[in-house]
Amino acid sequence: MFITLLFILIVIGVPILIIIGIYNRLVVLRNRGDNAWHQIDVQLERRADLVPNLVETVKGYAAHERGVFEAVAKARTQWAQAGTVKEKAEASDMLTSALKTLFAVAENYPELKANQNFLMLQEELAGIESKIAYARQFYNDTILSYNNAQQVFPSSIIANMFNFKPREYFEVEGAGKREVPKVGF
Amino acid sequence: MIYEQIAENKRKSFLLLVLFFAFIIFLGWVFGEAYNAGETGIILAVALAIIISFVTFFYGDKMVLGISQARPVDPKENPYLYNTIEGLAIAAGVPAPKAYIIDDTAPNAFATGRNPQNSAIAVTTGLLQKMNRLELEGVIAHEMSHIKNYDIRYSTLVVVLVGTVALLSDWMGRSFFYGRGRREGRKGGGNAIILLLALILVILAPIIAKLLQLAISRQKEYLADSSGALLTRYPEGLASALEKISKDTEPLEVANKATAHLYIVNPLLDHRSKLNNLFDTHPPTEDRIKRLRAMSFVK
Repeated sequence: MFITLLFILIVIGVPILIIIGIYNRLVVLRNRGDNAWHQIDVQLERRADLVPNLVETVKGYAAHERGVFEAVAKARTQWAQAGTVKEKAEASDMLTSALKTLFAVAENYPELKANQNFLMLQEELAGIESKIAYARQFYNDTILSYNNAQQVFPSSIIANMFNFKPREYFEVEGAGKREVPKVGF
Repeated sequence: MIYEQIAENKRKSFLLLVLFFAFIIFLGWVFGEAYNAGETGIILAVALAIIISFVTFFYGDKMVLGISQARPVDPKENPYLYNTIEGLAIAAGVPAPKAYIIDDTAPNAFATGRNPQNSAIAVTTGLLQKMNRLELEGVIAHEMSHIKNYDIRYSTLVVVLVGTVALLSDWMGRSFFYGRGRREGRKGGGNAIILLLALILVILAPIIAKLLQLAISRQKEYLADSSGALLTRYPEGLASALEKISKDTEPLEVANKATAHLYIVNPLLDHRSKLNNLFDTHPPTEDRIKRLRAMSFVK
Protein backbone atom coordinates (compact mmCIF):
# COMPACT_ATOMS: atom_id res chain seq x y z
CA MET A 1 0.00 0.00 0.00
CA PHE A 2 2.66 2.41 1.15
CA ILE A 3 4.91 1.48 -1.75
CA THR A 4 2.17 2.08 -4.31
CA LEU A 5 1.39 5.44 -2.78
CA LEU A 6 5.05 6.41 -2.91
CA PHE A 7 5.28 5.26 -6.50
CA ILE A 8 2.27 7.36 -7.53
CA LEU A 9 3.68 10.32 -5.68
CA ILE A 10 6.99 10.03 -7.52
CA VAL A 11 5.38 9.54 -10.91
CA ILE A 12 3.28 12.68 -10.47
CA GLY A 13 5.64 14.72 -8.31
CA VAL A 14 8.88 14.51 -10.27
CA PRO A 15 7.49 15.83 -13.57
CA ILE A 16 5.74 18.64 -11.69
CA LEU A 17 9.01 19.61 -10.00
CA ILE A 18 10.80 19.58 -13.35
CA ILE A 19 8.11 21.77 -14.91
CA ILE A 20 8.30 24.24 -12.01
CA GLY A 21 12.07 24.35 -12.33
CA ILE A 22 12.01 25.07 -16.06
CA TYR A 23 9.21 27.60 -15.68
CA ASN A 24 11.13 29.50 -13.00
CA ARG A 25 14.26 29.55 -15.12
CA LEU A 26 12.33 31.03 -18.02
CA VAL A 27 10.87 33.71 -15.75
CA VAL A 28 14.33 34.58 -14.41
CA LEU A 29 15.69 34.85 -17.95
CA ARG A 30 12.76 37.03 -19.01
CA ASN A 31 13.28 39.36 -16.07
CA ARG A 32 16.98 39.55 -16.86
CA GLY A 33 16.03 40.59 -20.38
CA ASP A 34 13.73 43.31 -19.03
CA ASN A 35 16.47 44.58 -16.78
CA ALA A 36 18.99 44.55 -19.63
CA TRP A 37 16.57 46.46 -21.81
CA HIS A 38 16.08 49.00 -19.06
CA GLN A 39 19.86 49.57 -19.01
CA ILE A 40 19.85 50.51 -22.70
CA ASP A 41 16.79 52.67 -22.29
CA VAL A 42 18.36 54.66 -19.44
CA GLN A 43 21.47 55.43 -21.50
CA LEU A 44 19.49 56.32 -24.64
CA GLU A 45 17.34 58.63 -22.55
CA ARG A 46 20.39 60.30 -21.05
CA ARG A 47 21.85 60.85 -24.47
CA ALA A 48 18.62 62.35 -25.82
CA ASP A 49 18.58 64.68 -22.79
CA LEU A 50 22.07 65.93 -23.58
CA VAL A 51 21.22 66.82 -27.17
CA PRO A 52 19.43 70.20 -26.66
CA ASN A 53 22.32 71.43 -24.53
CA LEU A 54 24.82 70.31 -27.15
CA VAL A 55 22.88 71.86 -30.02
CA GLU A 56 22.68 75.19 -28.16
CA THR A 57 26.43 75.18 -27.56
CA VAL A 58 27.27 74.41 -31.18
CA LYS A 59 24.73 76.96 -32.46
CA GLY A 60 26.61 79.67 -30.59
CA TYR A 61 29.57 79.15 -32.93
CA ALA A 62 28.12 77.66 -36.08
CA ALA A 63 24.56 78.96 -36.37
CA HIS A 64 24.45 78.60 -40.13
CA GLU A 65 24.97 74.81 -40.22
CA ARG A 66 21.21 74.32 -40.39
CA GLY A 67 21.22 70.93 -42.12
CA VAL A 68 22.98 69.33 -39.20
CA PHE A 69 20.68 70.79 -36.57
CA GLU A 70 17.64 69.68 -38.54
CA ALA A 71 18.97 66.13 -38.80
CA VAL A 72 19.59 66.03 -35.07
CA ALA A 73 16.15 67.46 -34.26
CA LYS A 74 14.48 64.96 -36.58
CA ALA A 75 16.32 62.04 -35.03
CA ARG A 76 15.36 63.22 -31.58
CA THR A 77 11.68 63.53 -32.47
CA GLN A 78 11.73 60.04 -33.91
CA TRP A 79 13.35 58.80 -30.71
CA ALA A 80 10.63 60.43 -28.62
CA GLN A 81 7.96 58.64 -30.66
CA ALA A 82 9.66 55.24 -30.80
CA GLY A 83 7.92 52.49 -28.87
CA THR A 84 9.14 49.02 -29.80
CA VAL A 85 12.68 47.73 -29.51
CA LYS A 86 13.07 47.86 -33.29
CA GLU A 87 11.84 51.45 -33.56
CA LYS A 88 14.06 52.55 -30.72
CA ALA A 89 17.06 50.83 -32.30
CA GLU A 90 16.38 52.65 -35.58
CA ALA A 91 15.86 56.03 -33.92
CA SER A 92 18.97 55.53 -31.84
CA ASP A 93 20.97 54.72 -34.99
CA MET A 94 19.70 57.89 -36.61
CA LEU A 95 20.64 59.98 -33.61
CA THR A 96 24.08 58.36 -33.50
CA SER A 97 24.85 59.25 -37.10
CA ALA A 98 23.34 62.76 -36.74
CA LEU A 99 25.57 63.39 -33.73
CA LYS A 100 28.58 62.06 -35.63
CA THR A 101 27.92 64.62 -38.35
CA LEU A 102 27.53 67.31 -35.72
CA PHE A 103 30.92 66.52 -34.21
CA ALA A 104 32.50 66.33 -37.65
CA VAL A 105 31.16 69.81 -38.37
CA ALA A 106 32.44 71.06 -35.03
CA GLU A 107 35.95 70.10 -36.18
CA ASN A 108 35.87 73.15 -38.46
CA TYR A 109 35.40 75.60 -35.60
CA PRO A 110 38.54 75.88 -33.48
CA GLU A 111 36.85 78.22 -31.01
CA LEU A 112 34.04 75.75 -30.46
CA LYS A 113 36.56 72.96 -29.93
CA ALA A 114 38.16 75.03 -27.20
CA ASN A 115 34.86 75.67 -25.44
CA GLN A 116 34.91 74.05 -22.00
CA ASN A 117 31.23 73.22 -22.06
CA PHE A 118 31.56 71.62 -25.48
CA LEU A 119 34.51 69.50 -24.36
CA MET A 120 32.58 68.31 -21.33
CA LEU A 121 29.58 67.39 -23.46
CA GLN A 122 31.83 65.61 -25.90
CA GLU A 123 33.39 63.42 -23.19
CA GLU A 124 29.96 62.82 -21.69
CA LEU A 125 28.57 61.72 -25.05
CA ALA A 126 31.55 59.50 -25.81
CA GLY A 127 30.97 57.82 -22.44
CA ILE A 128 27.28 57.34 -23.10
CA GLU A 129 27.94 56.00 -26.60
CA SER A 130 30.21 53.31 -25.21
CA LYS A 131 27.71 52.55 -22.44
CA ILE A 132 24.99 52.14 -25.05
CA ALA A 133 27.25 49.75 -26.95
CA TYR A 134 27.92 47.72 -23.80
CA ALA A 135 24.29 47.77 -22.72
CA ARG A 136 23.32 46.54 -26.17
CA GLN A 137 25.89 43.76 -25.97
CA PHE A 138 24.59 42.73 -22.54
CA TYR A 139 20.98 42.88 -23.74
CA ASN A 140 21.68 40.78 -26.83
CA ASP A 141 23.60 38.18 -24.79
CA THR A 142 20.77 37.99 -22.28
CA ILE A 143 18.15 37.70 -25.01
CA LEU A 144 20.21 35.02 -26.71
CA SER A 145 20.04 32.76 -23.66
CA TYR A 146 16.34 33.58 -23.16
CA ASN A 147 15.46 32.78 -26.76
CA ASN A 148 17.64 29.68 -26.68
CA ALA A 149 15.83 28.40 -23.61
CA GLN A 150 12.55 28.74 -25.46
CA GLN A 151 13.74 26.76 -28.44
CA VAL A 152 15.65 23.84 -26.95
CA PHE A 153 13.93 20.69 -25.78
CA PRO A 154 12.37 20.18 -23.23
CA SER A 155 11.99 23.77 -22.08
CA SER A 156 10.45 24.61 -25.46
CA ILE A 157 7.33 22.70 -24.38
CA ILE A 158 6.99 24.69 -21.17
CA ALA A 159 7.67 27.94 -23.04
CA ASN A 160 4.87 27.10 -25.45
CA MET A 161 2.52 26.06 -22.68
CA PHE A 162 2.92 29.31 -20.75
CA ASN A 163 3.19 31.54 -23.77
CA PHE A 164 6.77 32.79 -23.47
CA LYS A 165 7.61 34.80 -26.58
CA PRO A 166 11.05 35.27 -28.17
CA ARG A 167 12.35 38.83 -27.92
CA GLU A 168 13.86 41.05 -30.57
CA TYR A 169 17.57 41.72 -30.66
CA PHE A 170 18.76 45.30 -30.48
CA GLU A 171 20.64 45.51 -33.75
CA VAL A 172 22.76 48.26 -35.19
CA GLU A 173 22.51 48.89 -38.87
CA GLY A 174 24.95 46.26 -40.19
CA ALA A 175 28.18 46.78 -38.28
CA GLY A 176 30.16 46.79 -41.53
CA LYS A 177 28.25 49.46 -43.43
CA ARG A 178 28.17 52.25 -40.94
CA GLU A 179 27.46 55.61 -42.53
CA VAL A 180 30.30 57.95 -43.16
CA PRO A 181 29.31 61.33 -41.72
CA LYS A 182 28.75 63.98 -44.35
CA VAL A 183 30.63 67.14 -43.66
CA GLY A 184 29.08 70.39 -44.84
CA PHE A 185 31.29 73.29 -45.77
CA MET B 1 30.89 28.19 -15.28
CA ILE B 2 30.74 31.57 -13.60
CA TYR B 3 28.36 30.21 -10.96
CA GLU B 4 30.86 27.51 -10.08
CA GLN B 5 33.56 30.15 -9.71
CA ILE B 6 31.32 32.24 -7.46
CA ALA B 7 30.44 29.24 -5.31
CA GLU B 8 34.09 28.25 -5.05
CA ASN B 9 35.15 31.73 -4.00
CA LYS B 10 32.42 31.97 -1.37
CA ARG B 11 33.35 28.55 -0.01
CA LYS B 12 37.04 29.39 0.12
CA SER B 13 36.36 32.73 1.81
CA PHE B 14 34.26 31.03 4.45
CA LEU B 15 36.91 28.38 4.99
CA LEU B 16 39.55 31.05 5.36
CA LEU B 17 37.51 32.81 8.03
CA VAL B 18 36.99 29.54 9.92
CA LEU B 19 40.70 28.76 9.71
CA PHE B 20 41.56 32.20 10.94
CA PHE B 21 39.08 31.83 13.78
CA ALA B 22 40.61 28.54 14.85
CA PHE B 23 44.09 29.99 14.62
CA ILE B 24 43.33 32.95 16.88
CA ILE B 25 41.63 30.76 19.47
CA PHE B 26 44.52 28.32 19.42
CA LEU B 27 46.87 31.24 19.83
CA GLY B 28 44.86 32.46 22.81
CA TRP B 29 44.96 29.01 24.37
CA VAL B 30 48.72 28.67 23.97
CA PHE B 31 49.21 32.15 25.29
CA GLY B 32 46.96 31.52 28.29
CA GLU B 33 48.70 28.24 29.13
CA ALA B 34 52.15 29.72 28.80
CA TYR B 35 51.38 32.57 31.14
CA ASN B 36 49.16 30.51 33.46
CA ALA B 37 46.27 32.81 32.66
CA GLY B 38 43.91 29.83 32.20
CA GLU B 39 40.63 30.51 30.48
CA THR B 40 41.13 34.25 30.18
CA GLY B 41 43.35 33.61 27.16
CA ILE B 42 40.70 31.68 25.27
CA ILE B 43 37.89 34.07 26.14
CA LEU B 44 39.96 37.00 25.02
CA ALA B 45 40.94 35.18 21.84
CA VAL B 46 37.34 34.32 20.94
CA ALA B 47 36.31 37.94 21.43
CA LEU B 48 39.25 39.12 19.39
CA ALA B 49 38.58 36.59 16.62
CA ILE B 50 34.94 37.63 16.35
CA ILE B 51 35.82 41.30 16.16
CA ILE B 52 38.65 40.87 13.64
CA SER B 53 36.66 38.55 11.38
CA PHE B 54 33.67 40.88 11.40
CA VAL B 55 35.71 43.98 10.74
CA THR B 56 37.73 42.22 8.03
CA PHE B 57 34.67 40.94 6.24
CA PHE B 58 32.83 44.26 6.22
CA TYR B 59 35.70 46.74 6.14
CA GLY B 60 38.47 44.73 4.48
CA ASP B 61 38.06 46.67 1.25
CA LYS B 62 38.44 49.99 3.08
CA MET B 63 41.60 48.70 4.78
CA VAL B 64 43.09 47.52 1.50
CA LEU B 65 42.29 50.84 -0.16
CA GLY B 66 43.79 52.61 2.83
CA ILE B 67 47.02 50.59 2.77
CA SER B 68 47.32 51.35 -0.95
CA GLN B 69 46.69 55.05 -0.36
CA ALA B 70 43.82 55.08 -2.83
CA ARG B 71 41.52 58.09 -2.73
CA PRO B 72 37.92 58.15 -4.00
CA VAL B 73 37.21 60.20 -7.12
CA ASP B 74 33.89 61.74 -8.01
CA PRO B 75 32.45 61.68 -11.54
CA LYS B 76 33.19 65.37 -12.13
CA GLU B 77 36.87 65.02 -11.36
CA ASN B 78 37.45 62.19 -13.79
CA PRO B 79 34.47 61.52 -16.08
CA TYR B 80 36.70 59.43 -18.36
CA LEU B 81 37.47 56.83 -15.68
CA TYR B 82 33.91 56.93 -14.42
CA ASN B 83 32.38 56.37 -17.82
CA THR B 84 34.70 53.48 -18.52
CA ILE B 85 33.87 51.78 -15.22
CA GLU B 86 30.13 52.35 -15.61
CA GLY B 87 30.17 51.10 -19.19
CA LEU B 88 31.89 47.84 -18.31
CA ALA B 89 29.68 47.36 -15.26
CA ILE B 90 26.73 47.50 -17.64
CA ALA B 91 28.44 45.02 -19.95
CA ALA B 92 29.05 42.66 -17.04
CA GLY B 93 25.57 43.20 -15.60
CA VAL B 94 26.80 44.26 -12.15
CA PRO B 95 26.27 47.53 -10.24
CA ALA B 96 29.00 50.07 -10.95
CA PRO B 97 31.92 49.72 -8.49
CA LYS B 98 33.28 52.82 -6.77
CA ALA B 99 36.26 54.46 -8.45
CA TYR B 100 39.55 55.13 -6.64
CA ILE B 101 42.80 56.66 -7.76
CA ILE B 102 46.31 55.98 -6.45
CA ASP B 103 48.66 58.89 -7.06
CA ASP B 104 51.60 56.98 -8.51
CA THR B 105 53.15 57.09 -11.95
CA ALA B 106 53.61 53.30 -12.17
CA PRO B 107 50.67 51.93 -14.19
CA ASN B 108 48.66 49.30 -12.31
CA ALA B 109 45.16 48.57 -11.00
CA PHE B 110 43.25 46.32 -8.61
CA ALA B 111 39.73 45.56 -7.47
CA THR B 112 38.50 44.89 -3.95
CA GLY B 113 35.26 44.42 -2.01
CA ARG B 114 33.11 41.66 -0.57
CA ASN B 115 30.52 41.35 -3.38
CA PRO B 116 29.58 43.16 -6.60
CA GLN B 117 27.26 45.47 -4.63
CA ASN B 118 30.12 46.58 -2.39
CA SER B 119 33.14 46.79 -4.62
CA ALA B 120 35.75 49.25 -5.76
CA ILE B 121 38.28 49.56 -8.54
CA ALA B 122 41.50 51.46 -7.91
CA VAL B 123 43.78 52.61 -10.73
CA THR B 124 47.02 54.55 -10.57
CA THR B 125 47.38 57.95 -12.23
CA GLY B 126 50.15 56.32 -14.28
CA LEU B 127 47.62 53.91 -15.76
CA LEU B 128 45.31 56.76 -16.76
CA GLN B 129 48.19 58.61 -18.38
CA LYS B 130 49.88 55.75 -20.20
CA MET B 131 46.91 53.78 -21.53
CA ASN B 132 44.64 54.70 -24.40
CA ARG B 133 40.90 54.22 -24.11
CA LEU B 134 40.88 50.65 -25.44
CA GLU B 135 43.70 49.59 -23.14
CA LEU B 136 42.03 51.16 -20.11
CA GLU B 137 38.82 49.36 -21.01
CA GLY B 138 40.77 46.10 -21.18
CA VAL B 139 42.20 46.63 -17.69
CA ILE B 140 38.87 47.66 -16.18
CA ALA B 141 37.18 44.67 -17.85
CA HIS B 142 39.74 42.35 -16.23
CA GLU B 143 38.99 43.88 -12.82
CA MET B 144 35.25 43.72 -13.49
CA SER B 145 35.57 39.97 -14.04
CA HIS B 146 37.31 39.60 -10.66
CA ILE B 147 34.38 41.49 -9.13
CA LYS B 148 31.69 39.52 -10.90
CA ASN B 149 33.02 36.11 -9.89
CA TYR B 150 33.78 37.08 -6.26
CA ASP B 151 37.56 36.73 -6.59
CA ILE B 152 37.66 40.04 -4.77
CA ARG B 153 36.11 38.62 -1.61
CA TYR B 154 38.74 35.95 -1.16
CA SER B 155 41.72 38.05 -2.17
CA THR B 156 40.68 40.93 0.11
CA LEU B 157 40.19 38.60 3.08
CA VAL B 158 43.62 37.12 2.41
CA VAL B 159 45.32 40.52 2.55
CA VAL B 160 43.92 41.43 5.94
CA LEU B 161 43.80 38.04 7.65
CA VAL B 162 47.22 36.98 6.45
CA GLY B 163 48.58 40.35 7.53
CA THR B 164 47.02 39.93 10.97
CA VAL B 165 48.40 36.40 11.35
CA ALA B 166 51.88 37.53 10.38
CA LEU B 167 51.69 40.42 12.82
CA LEU B 168 50.35 38.30 15.69
CA SER B 169 52.81 35.45 15.28
CA ASP B 170 55.64 37.91 15.06
CA TRP B 171 54.53 39.61 18.25
CA MET B 172 53.97 36.26 20.00
CA GLY B 173 57.39 35.09 19.00
CA ARG B 174 59.02 38.13 20.45
CA SER B 175 57.04 37.97 23.67
CA PHE B 176 58.09 34.33 24.14
CA PHE B 177 61.74 34.75 23.38
CA TYR B 178 62.23 37.84 25.48
CA GLY B 179 59.40 37.55 28.01
CA ARG B 180 59.99 33.93 29.08
CA GLY B 181 63.59 34.38 29.98
CA ARG B 182 62.80 36.41 33.05
CA ARG B 183 60.13 34.03 34.28
CA GLU B 184 62.19 30.86 33.83
CA GLY B 185 63.88 31.05 37.17
CA ARG B 186 60.70 31.59 39.11
CA LYS B 187 58.61 28.83 37.55
CA GLY B 188 61.27 26.39 36.51
CA GLY B 189 59.93 25.95 32.95
CA GLY B 190 57.05 23.64 33.82
CA ASN B 191 55.32 23.55 30.45
CA ALA B 192 57.97 22.88 27.88
CA ILE B 193 55.42 21.35 25.51
CA ILE B 194 53.47 24.57 25.37
CA LEU B 195 56.62 26.48 24.65
CA LEU B 196 57.47 24.08 21.87
CA LEU B 197 53.97 24.45 20.43
CA ALA B 198 54.27 28.19 20.49
CA LEU B 199 57.62 27.99 18.77
CA ILE B 200 56.27 25.78 15.99
CA LEU B 201 53.32 28.11 15.60
CA VAL B 202 55.48 31.17 15.32
CA ILE B 203 57.55 29.52 12.61
CA LEU B 204 54.71 27.88 10.72
CA ALA B 205 52.12 30.67 10.69
CA PRO B 206 53.85 32.94 8.16
CA ILE B 207 54.52 29.98 5.86
CA ILE B 208 50.87 28.93 5.97
CA ALA B 209 49.87 32.53 5.36
CA LYS B 210 52.07 32.63 2.26
CA LEU B 211 50.57 29.39 0.99
CA LEU B 212 47.06 30.81 1.41
CA GLN B 213 48.07 33.78 -0.67
CA LEU B 214 49.42 31.48 -3.36
CA ALA B 215 46.20 29.49 -3.26
CA ILE B 216 44.68 32.38 -5.15
CA SER B 217 45.49 30.26 -8.09
CA ARG B 218 47.25 31.82 -11.01
CA GLN B 219 44.55 30.21 -13.08
CA LYS B 220 42.27 32.97 -11.85
CA GLU B 221 44.30 35.59 -13.67
CA TYR B 222 43.94 33.74 -16.96
CA LEU B 223 40.23 33.40 -16.29
CA ALA B 224 39.80 37.09 -15.54
CA ASP B 225 41.80 37.90 -18.68
CA SER B 226 39.57 35.83 -20.90
CA SER B 227 36.27 36.90 -19.34
CA GLY B 228 37.53 40.48 -19.50
CA ALA B 229 38.23 40.04 -23.19
CA LEU B 230 34.73 38.67 -23.60
CA LEU B 231 33.31 41.84 -22.03
CA THR B 232 35.13 44.24 -24.34
CA ARG B 233 35.10 41.81 -27.30
CA TYR B 234 38.58 43.12 -27.97
CA PRO B 235 41.39 40.99 -26.45
CA GLU B 236 44.07 43.16 -28.04
CA GLY B 237 43.16 46.06 -25.71
CA LEU B 238 44.05 44.10 -22.59
CA ALA B 239 47.02 42.40 -24.29
CA SER B 240 48.62 45.70 -25.20
CA ALA B 241 47.83 47.12 -21.74
CA LEU B 242 49.57 44.16 -20.09
CA GLU B 243 52.52 44.65 -22.38
CA LYS B 244 52.81 48.32 -21.46
CA ILE B 245 52.43 47.66 -17.73
CA SER B 246 54.99 44.87 -17.66
CA LYS B 247 57.52 46.89 -19.64
CA ASP B 248 57.18 49.84 -17.29
CA THR B 249 60.17 50.03 -15.01
CA GLU B 250 58.80 52.35 -12.35
CA PRO B 251 58.11 50.69 -9.00
CA LEU B 252 54.71 51.08 -7.37
CA GLU B 253 55.56 52.57 -3.98
CA VAL B 254 52.37 51.65 -2.15
CA ALA B 255 52.37 47.96 -3.05
CA ASN B 256 53.87 45.39 -0.68
CA LYS B 257 54.05 41.62 -0.29
CA ALA B 258 50.63 41.48 1.35
CA THR B 259 48.80 43.32 -1.41
CA ALA B 260 50.86 42.28 -4.45
CA HIS B 261 48.47 39.51 -5.47
CA LEU B 262 45.61 41.99 -5.89
CA TYR B 263 47.12 43.91 -8.77
CA ILE B 264 46.58 43.12 -12.45
CA VAL B 265 50.33 42.76 -12.97
CA ASN B 266 52.65 41.99 -10.05
CA PRO B 267 53.82 45.42 -8.86
CA LEU B 268 56.98 44.02 -7.26
CA LEU B 269 59.54 44.29 -10.02
CA ASP B 270 61.74 41.41 -8.92
CA HIS B 271 58.84 39.01 -9.49
CA ARG B 272 58.50 39.76 -13.16
CA SER B 273 60.79 37.01 -14.40
CA LYS B 274 59.95 34.98 -17.47
CA LEU B 275 60.10 31.74 -15.52
CA ASN B 276 57.13 30.38 -13.66
CA ASN B 277 58.43 30.95 -10.15
CA LEU B 278 57.00 28.81 -7.35
CA PHE B 279 56.37 31.84 -5.17
CA ASP B 280 54.86 34.08 -7.81
CA THR B 281 51.32 35.28 -7.33
CA HIS B 282 50.84 35.98 -11.02
CA PRO B 283 51.39 33.88 -14.14
CA PRO B 284 54.13 35.17 -16.47
CA THR B 285 52.79 38.23 -18.28
CA GLU B 286 54.24 37.09 -21.62
CA ASP B 287 52.12 34.00 -21.40
CA ARG B 288 48.97 35.98 -20.58
CA ILE B 289 49.59 38.26 -23.57
CA LYS B 290 50.19 35.27 -25.83
CA ARG B 291 46.92 33.66 -24.76
CA LEU B 292 44.98 36.89 -25.31
CA ARG B 293 46.44 37.36 -28.76
CA ALA B 294 45.52 33.78 -29.65
CA MET B 295 41.82 34.53 -29.06
CA SER B 296 40.19 35.37 -32.32
CA PHE B 297 36.49 35.55 -31.69
CA VAL B 298 36.42 39.06 -33.08
CA LYS B 299 38.08 39.70 -36.38
